Amino acid sequence: MMFFWVQMGEYLNFAWEALKANKVRSFLTTLGILIGVATIILIFTLIQSINTYVEGEFSDIGATSVYVSKFPWVITDNYFELRNRPPVTIKEYDALAELSTYAKWVSPNIQSMRTVEYKNNSLERVLTVGCNDQYPETNNVATEYGRWFTTVESNNARYICIIGYTVREELFDKEDPLGKRIKINGYPYKVIGVMEKKGSFFGFNMDNQVILPYTAFRGYSLHRRGLTVAMKVDDATYLDDMKEEARGILRKVRKLSPKEEDNFAINQQDMLTNFYNQITGTSYLVILIVAAISLLVGGIGIMNIMLVSVTERTKEIGIRKAVGATRSQIMLQFIWEAIAISMLGGVLGMILGVVLSQIPLNLMNLDASVSFTTVFIGFGFTTLVGVISGSYPAMKASKLDPIEALRYE
Amino acid sequence: MSNLPLIRFEDLKKTYVLGITKVHALRGINLEIEKNEYVAIMGPSGSGKSTLMNLIGCLDVPSSGNYFLNDQDVSKMTETQLAHVRNKEIGFVFQTFNLLPRANALHNVELPLIYNGTPASKRKELAIAALEKVGLADRMKHKPNELSGGQRQRVAIARALVNNPSIILADEPTGNLDTTTGAEIMEIFDNLHAQGNNIIIVTHEDFIAAHTNRSVHLKDGLIEYEETKKTVEENQ
Repeated sequence: MMFFWVQMGEYLNFAWEALKANKVRSFLTTLGILIGVATIILIFTLIQSINTYVEGEFSDIGATSVYVSKFPWVITDNYFELRNRPPVTIKEYDALAELSTYAKWVSPNIQSMRTVEYKNNSLERVLTVGCNDQYPETNNVATEYGRWFTTVESNNARYICIIGYTVREELFDKEDPLGKRIKINGYPYKVIGVMEKKGSFFGFNMDNQVILPYTAFRGYSLHRRGLTVAMKVDDATYLDDMKEEARGILRKVRKLSPKEEDNFAINQQDMLTNFYNQITGTSYLVILIVAAISLLVGGIGIMNIMLVSVTERTKEIGIRKAVGATRSQIMLQFIWEAIAISMLGGVLGMILGVVLSQIPLNLMNLDASVSFTTVFIGFGFTTLVGVISGSYPAMKASKLDPIEALRYE
Repeated sequence: MSNLPLIRFEDLKKTYVLGITKVHALRGINLEIEKNEYVAIMGPSGSGKSTLMNLIGCLDVPSSGNYFLNDQDVSKMTETQLAHVRNKEIGFVFQTFNLLPRANALHNVELPLIYNGTPASKRKELAIAALEKVGLADRMKHKPNELSGGQRQRVAIARALVNNPSIILADEPTGNLDTTTGAEIMEIFDNLHAQGNNIIIVTHEDFIAAHTNRSVHLKDGLIEYEETKKTVEENQ
C-alpha cells in the first residue's frame, strides 16, 4: 500500500491539470457524486439533529423512574385488548406507596384538560395535573417562585395550586399570582407557586399547566382513564428491583393468578429510547441503501468518463511511457484522477448538504449537529468510489503499448 | 569497461503477426555503436528503421537475438525494467515533438525526472539547465501551443537531455520543420555530440545524415551497408 502514497502530490497535480482542461465535463462528472453526498449529508444531519433533540426531550423523563399505568407508552399489542384493562386507581396508588420498599418517592398523576380563569381572563384546555408532594422528585419539576404543597396539604384536599409559566403570563400579566384565587372548571384554588419554565415536550407546551393536590382534583376517584403512578429510586441500580416489586404489588392487589398476564404497564424511559432507536435504525438502513445507490451511479459516471479520458489521452500516455513512466505510475495517475473527481464531488456535496440542511432545521427550530463522523464517512466513501471506478480505466491506460500509443492521433 | 560498446545487437530479429501473415520487420541485425558516436539510421519506409528505433529506445523487445545496452541485456527485461531503462538511458526526440499540450515547457522537461522521483527543487534546477542548453530558458512558462515548431522541438530536446541519458534517440527530428529551423535543430545535435553525448538519428534525408559520422542503411530488415564520415567524404 505504501507505493500508493508515493508522489501523491505529483499525481494530484496531474489530476488537477486534467480536470481544469475539461472544466464542464469534470463538473458534470462530479455532479453524480455531489448530489449523492449532499443527500446523505442532508439526511444524516437532519436525523442527527432530530436525535439530539429527542434525546434532550427523553432526558426529562427520569432515568430512575418508572410510570405505572393502564397503557404502555409504546403499544405493540392489540389496542382494543389493552382498552379493556382496568384503570389504575387511587387505591392501587395507596398500595404501591405503602408497600414499595425500593421506591423513595411515589406520586399519583391524574390529568385532564380544564378551563382556568382569573378575573376576566380565561384559558381553555390547560393541562391540569393532580399529584402529591413528591411529584417534583418523580417528574423532575420545580417551582421557580413560591412553594410546593406539603404532605398534609396533599393528603387533605387543600384547594391550592401551582401554575405553569404560560398560565401565569396569560392570566396574571404583571400581577403577582401568589395568594390569588383562580378558578379551575369553576372551583376556586389558591396559587401558592409558579413552576420553572419547562418549554415544550414534542411540541406540547409544558408551561400551559396547573398542578394541584390529587385529593383536590375534582372527580379524581371516579377518573375514568385512571391515573399514572410515578415511582423513583434514589439509586439507579435498584430500578429493576423497584419495577419487579411494583409489578408484584399490583398483581397481588388485582388478584391476578400466575397464569394471567399483567393487565397494567410499567413504563420507563428506555422503552421510548428503544422504540425511537428502532425507527431511526430503519431509516438509517434506508439512507444507507439510497447512499449506496447514488454513489454507485456516481461511480459509474466517473468510470465512464475516465474510460473516455484514457482513450482521448492515449498519446499522452505514450509520451509518459516513452520518458519512463512505469505501468504502476500510469495506473496511479489515473486512479488519483478518479479519486480527485470523486473527492471534489464529495467536498462540494458536503458543503451543499450542510447548507441545504439548515433550511428544514431552521423551520423545525432545531440546532444543526454536523458530526465529524459524517464528514469522515463521506470522505472515506468518496475516496473508495474514486479508487473503484478509477481502477479499470487506469488498468487499461497502464496496459497500452507505448509504440501504438505514441502513434495515436 | 570503457572499451565496451554502448550498444551491441546480436542477430536481432523482430517478427510481427498481422492477422494471419507474419511480417519479418528485422531479419537479423548485427551492429555495435561505440560511445560518443553520432549515428544516422537510414532506409526507405518498410526497411525496418522504425522497428529498430523502437528496439533501441526500449519501447519494444526483440523476437529473438540480444540487445546489450551498456552491457545489460535489455532484450530479456520486464516492462517495468524497460520503463526504468527508458527513463535513465534514453532521451527521445520525435518528429511530432510529442510534448504534453497542457503543460508548460518547464513542466514538460521535468516529466522524466518526476518518474524517477527527483525532488521538486532539484528537478526544477535540472530542467532549467536543460532548457538553457537549447537556448529556451526565457520560454519555460510557455505552453507548446505558444511556441513555434522549432521551439517545441528544442523543448523536446531539453526533455531528452534532462536525465543525462546514454543515448539521445531522434526520429526524423526535422521532419515537421522548415529547412532553416531544421538546420538550427541539427546544430543543437551537433553541439550535443561535441559535448560528448551519444546521438542516434533515424532519418531518410541525406542532408541530415551528413551531420553524423556514421550512417547505417537498412533494407528489408537487414543492414544493407554502412558509411562512416570518411567514406562519405571520399565518395564526394
